[in-house]
Amino acid sequence: MEAIVTRKLTKYYGKMRGISGLDLSVEEGDFFGFIGPNGAGKSTTIRTLLGLISPTSGEAKIFGKDVRTEKNAILAETGYLPSEALFYPGMRVRDALSLSADLRRKDCSAGAAQLCRRLDLDPSRKIDELSFGNRKKVGIVCALQGDPKLLILDEPTGGLDPLIQHEFFEILKERNTKGTTVFLSSHVLSEIRRHCRRAAVIREGELIACDSVDALSRTNARRVSFRGQAELEGLPGLKDITRTADGVSFLYGGEMKPLLERLAAGEISDLAVTEPDLEEVFLHYYQKEEA
Amino acid sequence: MTIVKHELRQGKTAFLIWTAAIAFLLGICIFLFPEMKGDMDGISEMFASMGSFTAAFGMDKLNFGTLTGYYAIECGNVLGLGGAFFAALCAVDILCKEERGHTADFLLTHPVSRIRIMTEKLISVVLRITALNLIIYAVSVGSMAAIGEEIPWKEVNLLHLAYYLMQLEIAAVCFGISAFLKRGSVGIGLGLAALFYFMSLIANITESAGFLKYCTPFGFCDGASIVDTGKLDGAVLAAGLALGALGILAAYLHYPKKDIT
Repeated sequence: MEAIVTRKLTKYYGKMRGISGLDLSVEEGDFFGFIGPNGAGKSTTIRTLLGLISPTSGEAKIFGKDVRTEKNAILAETGYLPSEALFYPGMRVRDALSLSADLRRKDCSAGAAQLCRRLDLDPSRKIDELSFGNRKKVGIVCALQGDPKLLILDEPTGGLDPLIQHEFFEILKERNTKGTTVFLSSHVLSEIRRHCRRAAVIREGELIACDSVDALSRTNARRVSFRGQAELEGLPGLKDITRTADGVSFLYGGEMKPLLERLAAGEISDLAVTEPDLEEVFLHYYQKEEA
Repeated sequence: MTIVKHELRQGKTAFLIWTAAIAFLLGICIFLFPEMKGDMDGISEMFASMGSFTAAFGMDKLNFGTLTGYYAIECGNVLGLGGAFFAALCAVDILCKEERGHTADFLLTHPVSRIRIMTEKLISVVLRITALNLIIYAVSVGSMAAIGEEIPWKEVNLLHLAYYLMQLEIAAVCFGISAFLKRGSVGIGLGLAALFYFMSLIANITESAGFLKYCTPFGFCDGASIVDTGKLDGAVLAAGLALGALGILAAYLHYPKKDIT
């Protein structure tokens, strides 16, 4: 069964594009990454799935339920962590956790206590006095404490120190092993590469790639680095060019023959052609063609 | 009733401050009455010669030398304005504060319908206004008993009922406005309450502006008219209740479909 499915999902804010014709499918039990730069439409997609905004056209379903008409049933099975976790003034951590549990009509005290322990979060602290990272922990516990079937996490690790990040992903893995679907929106591609099985890349409101992380990482583009000099001007398929004191590094997505001809004509003392990592694939999808 | 409890807790400090301030001022006014009663002939004469202002505050119809007349005017100024500002502040912020403080991402992503959220928030506003009015009423009546005056129950009850209904109407209109706002709202709430108040003063000054009393919640709580007739003006009250109902209806039609961006 699909945990999330969207068909031609479109959202315009007046004349401004949010997302356009988005076809997305996330299987139940998946650990899914959602990649895109600021303004690409990630938040619009998430907010539409959660019923915070209404789509202009198209449809979106979570566990087969329509986000427009069965919002409450969907939210009962979904835990959401916003990119910036903000709470009401004057509240203590335990008040926020208890409010969240009450709104879900669940007794989550045991789960909340365990999560607080693992994330090193003091429930007696006032939220106003917490750092950004600690507020994020409160958001994480709120999202996870009810054992939801689906977790939608928007930039979840911002502000968390590496140890807590590690513990957080351990918790997510445990939940995922037990069947929880994780939908992780992130800029941090190493997170996606390390933890997600499948991922989608969104650009300017449109889905431009959706596949397993392994398949996304496999691309015709190569990272080419050399020491020396070669004339590359006008060569099509060059991206992310970095010039160093004694050489050049770039992402190359064009034909190999013209590249080799240029390199052969130059003075090259060392050459490396490697498979790009996910970060570079991301650039491959996003960067405009450079002349 | 989770949201009702949450809202009451969130608004506790503001409630206590406003209630204490209004109760204190009203109590002080009542405790000053015995001292002022002796000088009332001169005061009434002075107030009667203030031209349009005399009519604006209804002092042409009331005897300032009686507790009823004195209380109707003082009550109008202290409880009328104070209560109106409190009601406006409570209601105009109640929905839009979630977007302003980015807490909508928390509240609206829990399995609670927006209709229920609105209803519970509206109940919390009504409860706060009701509690404030009950406390003020008790303080007023207690203060009157304390100064040894005979309590004009009918007039006091009618005046307090009128101001309670007026606050509910202002709250209902502000609740409607809150559903459409995204950011700051306090200025709008206070401005609206002040506008309503001045509309009622203008309606009292000149008959040609008398229609204004149908457009303002203060229209049916003119102390002079209530004491004079011994009842609330049914037509003006009905117009006020209709305006309040319109505010609530607008909120219920708009907010469930509102994009929370």
